[in-house]
Amino acid sequence: MIAKLFIIVIASIFVNNFVFSRFLGICPYLGVSKQWSSAMGMGLAVIFVMTMASFITWIIFNFILLPFEKIGAVDVLQTIAFILTIAALVQVVEMIMKKTAPALYKALGIYLPLITTNCAVLGVTLLNIKESYNLIETVVHGFSAGVGFTLALLLMAGIRERLEYAKLPKAVQGFAIAFIIASLMSLSFLGFSGLISE
Amino acid sequence: MEEKQSIFKVFVNGIFRENPVFVLVLGMCPTLAVTTSAINGLGMGLAASFVLICSNLIVSLVRRFIPDKVRIPAFIVVIATFVTIVQFVMKGFFPSLDKALGIFIPLIVVNCIILGRAEAFASKNDPFRAVLDGLGMGIGFTLSLVLIGSIREILGANKLFGYLFFPQEFPPLVFMILPPGGFLTMGLLLMFFNWISHRRAITEAKKQIAAKE
Repeated sequence: MIAKLFIIVIASIFVNNFVFSRFLGICPYLGVSKQWSSAMGMGLAVIFVMTMASFITWIIFNFILLPFEKIGAVDVLQTIAFILTIAALVQVVEMIMKKTAPALYKALGIYLPLITTNCAVLGVTLLNIKESYNLIETVVHGFSAGVGFTLALLLMAGIRERLEYAKLPKAVQGFAIAFIIASLMSLSFLGFSGLISE
Repeated sequence: MEEKQSIFKVFVNGIFRENPVFVLVLGMCPTLAVTTSAINGLGMGLAASFVLICSNLIVSLVRRFIPDKVRIPAFIVVIATFVTIVQFVMKGFFPSLDKALGIFIPLIVVNCIILGRAEAFASKNDPFRAVLDGLGMGIGFTLSLVLIGSIREILGANKLFGYLFFPQEFPPLVFMILPPGGFLTMGLLLMFFNWISHRRAITEAKKQIAAKE
């Protein structure tokens, strides 16, 4: 059990990193990686929402959708149910945070609405079902996928902050150089692929 | 005449001037993830275009009835409905494509292009224009995906749409169909398009200066 959880953690942070090998969450990865501080805020918000979303969607899938599989609830409703769950969850988290932890809300607040359309969150919940994880594995997977995303975001933010001072040709400024850097980082993350043999 | 021109503009806008992939840089996840071959890019592009056109139409039709506060969840439900339809069609008629695109078919729901167009265009315009905008954006998205997919497939597998491209002896560059190759192709293409638009801006500025003198 512990060994399997450990493999899930290592796999989703390094080997199958959401940004570098699964291509999930590229939009926020490019959009919010200009500054270290905003990258940190976005990363923490994503970890939090991913863990919660994994937990809740697993319960919804197994206790609400699966009992009605015969009438097609899984096929027809899975996508809609999951995205609505995530949207509602983000709203609820935002409201609770505003009331109980205003300091945290100030730090993470502006990133929360963006998370609804972050494909990494919907992606992790769909992957949980696809890999047929149990509840504990699901939560661990959600958490470590969020950590992997944050790692990628922070590495990129560190590089891009320095890039501000570099003299670049006009054509590669902005997104072009960001993609080329991401390519090199993705290449180096390929080196982790030997860590786990499946 | 005025009216007609602007309708034409709405249509062409998505293909060139506001190309969703190379100019707006939206919808990057499917753009990079599924373009390991041209046919996958084409399939993804068509699936997303279908959802985009239909959701634009519905959003534009109901735009007066949706209260402002709940519009985003309402748009998401509309989009998710059409994505479910696409999922069924894919599973039923194109099982191999369904397997290749995998998790990225349900993920069309959170494609920023679709929600972005619903919010920025369809919720403010009449149905006819909304559909045209969806069509233009869809064609722009599909063309970009096929372009990236073709480059990666030719270099990475020495094939195009499954047919041999270069002579047999040409060694394929497997790097290109791995994730880093996707990022690199996208970066270089963006650089190329930036360079073109930059050069155009310079020549135009020179022309203006010449005209003034």
